[in-house]
Amino acid sequence: MKTNELTLTNTLKLLSEKKISLTDLYGDTFAAIKNLNPTLNIYLSTDTDAEKKARSVQNLPLMGIPVAVKDNFCTKDLPTTASSRVLDGYLSPYESTVTTRLHAAGGVVIGKTNMDAWAHGSSTETSDYGATKNPNNPGFLPGGSSGGSAAAIAANCATIALGSETAGSIRQPSAWCGVVGLKPTYGRVSRYGVIAMGSSLDSPGPIGKTVEDAALLFEHIAGHDPHDATSSPKSVSKFRDAVHRSIKGMKIGVCYGDHPKLKGTPASKAVESAAKLFESLGAKVEFIPLSSELKPHTILTPDFAIAVYTVVQRGEVSSNLARYDGIRYGSDRSKFGAEAKRRIMLGTFTLSKGYSDKYYVKAQQVRSLYIQNFKDLFSDFDILLSPTSPGYALPIGASANSPMFGELEDMLLESSSISGLPGINVPSFYDSKTHLYLGMNIVADYWKEETMIAAAAAFERETPFNRWGKQTV
Amino acid sequence: MGETNRMSNTTFEPVIGMEIHVELATKSKMFCGCKNDPFGADKPNIYTCPVCLGLPGALPVANKLAIEWTVLLGQALNCTISRFSKFDRKNYFYPDLAKGYQISQYDMPLCTNGFVHLPEGDVRITRVHLEEDTGKLLHTTIDGKQVTLVDFNRSGVPLVEIVTEPDIHSSDHAKAFVKALHQIVRYTGISHADLEKGSMRLEPNISVRKMGETSLPNYKVEVKNINSFKFVKKAIDFEVNRHIELLKTGKTPVQETRGYVEDRGVTLSQRSKEDAKDYRYFPEPDIPPIRLSEQLITEIKTHLPEMPSSVIEKFTKTYGLSAESSKLLVETPERKNHFEACVEALHKSAVTITPTDLANYCINKKIPETTDPQTVIAALVEAKCASDIPPELITASVAKVLAGQPKAVSDYRSGKTGVLMFLVGLVKRDLAGKGDAGVIQKTITDHITHTNG
Amino acid sequence: MHFTPDDVKKVSELASIPLTQQETETLATGFTQTMKVVDTLSSVGVANVEPTSQVTGLENVFREDEIDTTRMFSQTEALANAKTTHNGYFVVSRVLDQTIDP
Repeated sequence: MKTNELTLTNTLKLLSEKKISLTDLYGDTFAAIKNLNPTLNIYLSTDTDAEKKARSVQNLPLMGIPVAVKDNFCTKDLPTTASSRVLDGYLSPYESTVTTRLHAAGGVVIGKTNMDAWAHGSSTETSDYGATKNPNNPGFLPGGSSGGSAAAIAANCATIALGSETAGSIRQPSAWCGVVGLKPTYGRVSRYGVIAMGSSLDSPGPIGKTVEDAALLFEHIAGHDPHDATSSPKSVSKFRDAVHRSIKGMKIGVCYGDHPKLKGTPASKAVESAAKLFESLGAKVEFIPLSSELKPHTILTPDFAIAVYTVVQRGEVSSNLARYDGIRYGSDRSKFGAEAKRRIMLGTFTLSKGYSDKYYVKAQQVRSLYIQNFKDLFSDFDILLSPTSPGYALPIGASANSPMFGELEDMLLESSSISGLPGINVPSFYDSKTHLYLGMNIVADYWKEETMIAAAAAFERETPFNRWGKQTV
Repeated sequence: MGETNRMSNTTFEPVIGMEIHVELATKSKMFCGCKNDPFGADKPNIYTCPVCLGLPGALPVANKLAIEWTVLLGQALNCTISRFSKFDRKNYFYPDLAKGYQISQYDMPLCTNGFVHLPEGDVRITRVHLEEDTGKLLHTTIDGKQVTLVDFNRSGVPLVEIVTEPDIHSSDHAKAFVKALHQIVRYTGISHADLEKGSMRLEPNISVRKMGETSLPNYKVEVKNINSFKFVKKAIDFEVNRHIELLKTGKTPVQETRGYVEDRGVTLSQRSKEDAKDYRYFPEPDIPPIRLSEQLITEIKTHLPEMPSSVIEKFTKTYGLSAESSKLLVETPERKNHFEACVEALHKSAVTITPTDLANYCINKKIPETTDPQTVIAALVEAKCASDIPPELITASVAKVLAGQPKAVSDYRSGKTGVLMFLVGLVKRDLAGKGDAGVIQKTITDHITHTNG
Repeated sequence: MHFTPDDVKKVSELASIPLTQQETETLATGFTQTMKVVDTLSSVGVANVEPTSQVTGLENVFREDEIDTTRMFSQTEALANAKTTHNGYFVVSRVLDQTIDP
């Protein structure tokens, strides 16, 4: 086994035992990048000084491990483009809080990964720098918008990665790539230095090979930031410890199985199997029926969440992208790609005079309904399960000419995202013919990431779907 | 123009509201820790950071003091302080607006429903809210090409906006109002409020209606670029006349923004007013809302200094000063503080000088506010002693001087009272500068009245 | 809600997005599609429901009035990514819609 195939946990173990060196690790990782990046288009930029930097931090907790970072995190050493031509060559004069904490813990940013431009999408196909391909089957998409980061993990081209989720952008590409993606509670991880997309939704988070890996990185990046007024003052737990917590007695709700688009699908079946497994482990499992209105013991249909997200996200992003006028940095607004133009303009429209009440305010009201629905459900349940994505990764080209592609692919994730809840994706099935994966989404109540981590880790332990899940050193 | 005024005053009247912006003198900017000193910066773009430069990924965090000072100003203006308030984004594109939106307050401002008492007529304050300032533009030509230069030192400076009801009914009323408001702002200590430097900006919203009509006109014109009290009156007079001329021909003035051009005394059209602009306001997602407790609001009010009107009352009632003297002494907070310090020094010194004497001395001699109060008292005592002289010596000197000035005396008797000052001067010279001028004057007039010849 | 190319043009001006005629037409179709999804909101009852603009529930998050030299840029840093600068200023072509700069 090459060192770049090791999990984060195992890498740290072997480094501390001096059974492998940083030279080994960086040699193998960069060899993989050299071999795969030309076809998979995972990285937009890489740092040739990374190994040197690793040596200077090898005594810190993360011991200099190579980290792939989505190109919407502002970094001083590598360009930050959000995969848009508007920011071609932009070198941020300041560092994001998350990457600052990463450095302080001993992680090294080895490259910036491809994404849907401005995070607008669920395919990474709308990058201005070409699509990223799914490492498990390059004829297919990796998902998005953190497609590059998810692919970096799937291709063993980094030990761990950072992504961000506004509504699905960590969990969905993680599902399509067969890796673990953790979306924290909104406010848990600082947004300072992350290029804003939907300000009330954006949640930076880890993408990794295993649940434990993701939990470990999460520990180092989470926590209050005085530069981000929406970051929570809540203390950061030892999330990694939750990996070994028993799930006996946990109350689990299974959702969306009765949705017309999901009934009888492989994705749904995978979740049903998972539910049975959790039951055998001592959890209490219940099926929660769908409803098109707020009703006790039901889950509100995700269909309206699509509309809520569409309006709120586009409204906020139309304002967030107004600063890109080419005067202080970057190029002028004619360089925006088609999807960005679409979203900016639709957001402008739904905020405009005469329409704001009908669309923007209404969307925020419906958002409140989802928040209330989850509040009710979490008084009865500890976690909620659903498929992450309605199906497997789609072929390259699937997102073209589909203005609502992203929203439809993320429909199962939008409800929890607009509510600010945390969620985690774990691989829930593997198709050995296509080499593609299905993913399961586990959602917990606000600030209860440990609960979902415990359930996710238990599932990973008991199933064969995570290709690094049984790795021992 | 005067004639037009005379004509127009019988048929038309101005309807004026004011919009005033005040730059707060906090140490740091509104949403970041950059130095707040745009006027003092010797180079452009030296007080910026990711936040006020609008860099990708930057986030705003609100300056607590700026919020407290806005509340303080609201209290000085007798406003209701909102217990719950928030920031909103005002979206528009302009090169001096780094983020492409201004963080401001839309429907839940910090303060509402205040007033300013004026003898010319009270002016109601609709709202006082907090926002951030923009950068500055400079128009120039480089290599023959017309360009605009942008400096972001001012971007993000805390700015308070005060909006009044259209209660102002003349240019004099407007001038009185802005002077009173300026004084109040200076008294709170939250801003230098310097019109020339731009830390206080005035924008009258002007319209005109037929005298006697009560409904508001269906248009208004905003006038910018007024940077002195004098120009407030001139700009409004010009505008009002311009409107009257248009209305007389049956036309309605275009609703727009105009700029005052001081060397020509006119206003010129700038761009169509906000009515045409769609700011797409929505609540600022990056800043949690503000909930002010009753306790905090009360605590802030304890920091409110005495306002000019109550100081005047104190001076007239407690110190027995005249209304005019009091008004002069409270003109600026510095002058008021200095005078009060002198009064305190006076009380401590047990010198028999009245506050009125002190007031007259300070006013007439234009004593600088930097002068140490002890020095002022000492100088005043000396002056009094110096001019204190036995009445018999004054009488003698008067008699001597008048004896030597028969023409002046007969001039005075025949009604040429101007010659009196000349005679006072002669007596003073004779007494080597001593003696109170008022006493001398009275002695002279008494002498002339009671003697013949 | 049906979008015409004219509607799109108006919004593009408000959003300061330059568009070709072709783009205007394509977007009109795309918007109409998207708004079909958005219009599903009209069927949801929201009587007496407060809109949510922030999910954190946080209030009164402030900073003290202190100068933070760690984040302030030098003039060089501030200008580093600009395409055109002049004597320490950012440069744009002359802003035309003003006769006087306030």
